Amino acid sequence: MNAKIIDKIATAIISLLVGVVVLILVALIGYILFTGLPHVSWHFLTSPSQAFLSGGGIGDQLFNSFYLLILTLLISFPIALGAGIYLFEYAPKNWVTNTIRVAIEVLSSLPSVVVGLFGFLLFVVEFQLGFSILSGAIALTFFNLPLLTRSIETSLSSVPKLQREAGLALGFSRWQTVLGVIFPEALPGILTAIILSAGRIFGEAAALIYTAGQSAPVLNFANWNPFSPTSPLNFMRPAETLAVHIWKINSEGIMPDASAVSAGASAVLILAVLIFNVSARWLGNRIYRKVTASK
Amino acid sequence: MKTYNLEETYIHKFDPIETPLGLETKDLQVFYGDNHAMYNGSLQFPKNAITALIGASGSGKSTFLRSLNRMNDDIATVKGKILYQDVDINASEINVYEMRKHVGMVFQRPNPFAKSIFNNIAYPLRKAGMKSKSQLAERVEKSLVQAALWDEVKDDLNRSALALSGGQQQRLCIARALAMNPDVLLLDEPASALDPISTGKLEQALYDLQKHYTIIMVTHSMQQASRVSDYTAFFHMGHILEFDRTQRIFTRPHIQATEDYISGNFG
Repeated sequence: MNAKIIDKIATAIISLLVGVVVLILVALIGYILFTGLPHVSWHFLTSPSQAFLSGGGIGDQLFNSFYLLILTLLISFPIALGAGIYLFEYAPKNWVTNTIRVAIEVLSSLPSVVVGLFGFLLFVVEFQLGFSILSGAIALTFFNLPLLTRSIETSLSSVPKLQREAGLALGFSRWQTVLGVIFPEALPGILTAIILSAGRIFGEAAALIYTAGQSAPVLNFANWNPFSPTSPLNFMRPAETLAVHIWKINSEGIMPDASAVSAGASAVLILAVLIFNVSARWLGNRIYRKVTASK
Repeated sequence: MKTYNLEETYIHKFDPIETPLGLETKDLQVFYGDNHAMYNGSLQFPKNAITALIGASGSGKSTFLRSLNRMNDDIATVKGKILYQDVDINASEINVYEMRKHVGMVFQRPNPFAKSIFNNIAYPLRKAGMKSKSQLAERVEKSLVQAALWDEVKDDLNRSALALSGGQQQRLCIARALAMNPDVLLLDEPASALDPISTGKLEQALYDLQKHYTIIMVTHSMQQASRVSDYTAFFHMGHILEFDRTQRIFTRPHIQATEDYISGNFG
């Protein structure tokens, strides 16, 4: 066989494999959207869920998911940013920082259910935070931190070393260089990292079942006192998120329209994650173009 | 490769009263770990003149240059003295960040910040404490004029610096360094990434600058060294073998190695 034929066969096989991947993805997403979207309505998105009757919505769960997402990012982003900057810009190459890196690798491959059980024992039981949004947010921070730190480090590493020298040669300190020169240039990558991690957090269930709880007390959206148990802002209340809700309906849901609610909720979840991903690309590209002025 | 006697050197000495010095090094030695990269760096750089550092790749000229404003601090050990206005700026108690405002540097590849043309120059100035808008605008214009870039960019200073051509970017980097009002300007092969037209403009800019700045420039191009520099130092294997007026170096060098190098008969 000559090189030309081999190349053709290889191309055909690779294309076939890609086709299989695309087909699986399209079939999966298509199936979820196809079965779920007909149930999605404004009423479904805004009304509270029902335990025994049909006609329940996912309003509270949807809010909880976003609230938990924002809290998690508020906690994990500053830590991950600091850690990423330290690891890439400051850390000397020795066994201590190598150990930190290995620890981050291990942490990032930890199954989320383990993170959830750890959070349950430590925050819910030991620290007596109870099943609460706060416990959930801290558990998700554990889950999110390693990956976010890694991707922030990668974004920083994509800024050429020459830029650091440029800053230093102008009399900037290392911190001034990081803050004024490196960070702005790494920003598109960092934003993309945040939004992609938001998608992961949004779809996470296992880590939340034992930390944020599986019950959703009815929320009163007119009550904005963060210390009131019915207030949506209260972060010491248990909060079932969308992903947990889907899991729960499918495992123990007794409402007559359980499968419809589950399908609708899944469609909303997947749409939200898709929107996160697409907007990450869009925003990243846009900022990159703005920064580099390339068309 | 021919071997030369590295002990045989000719280093021209100036009388500092007759020829004021912008910078002087005494026994500068550079080590990368165990690797002794620079041996006997004792040179006097006359004030308001261009000194070219020439030599083959790996001869230590860039290492030497980068030691002058302590850009090698993190990766190398630099011994010896660097005298700037009678102060040894290689001493450990020197505030390197302050010192680098007096000894500016431009690198081999243009490295403008991902900011507008204006802010590339104004941002470091603001960091250094200049607040007044009119003062900033004035300084930006002055340094762009000095770097011979003003006419090409004056209509749109808010454009991203990354949209400029390579040659324009390099002149912007020079303008950015000049804006800090340094006395000494270090250039590490500033034209190596540029086309001949850009190089010409850059050389013209340097020629105009030498009236006010002590310029030390590493270059691979012998023509460039002979065109723009007043003095030339020839580096070989971590040693400075010859230092003299450029005219003298390129016509009647004292050292055989220098003669072989400039006549392309080297290695």
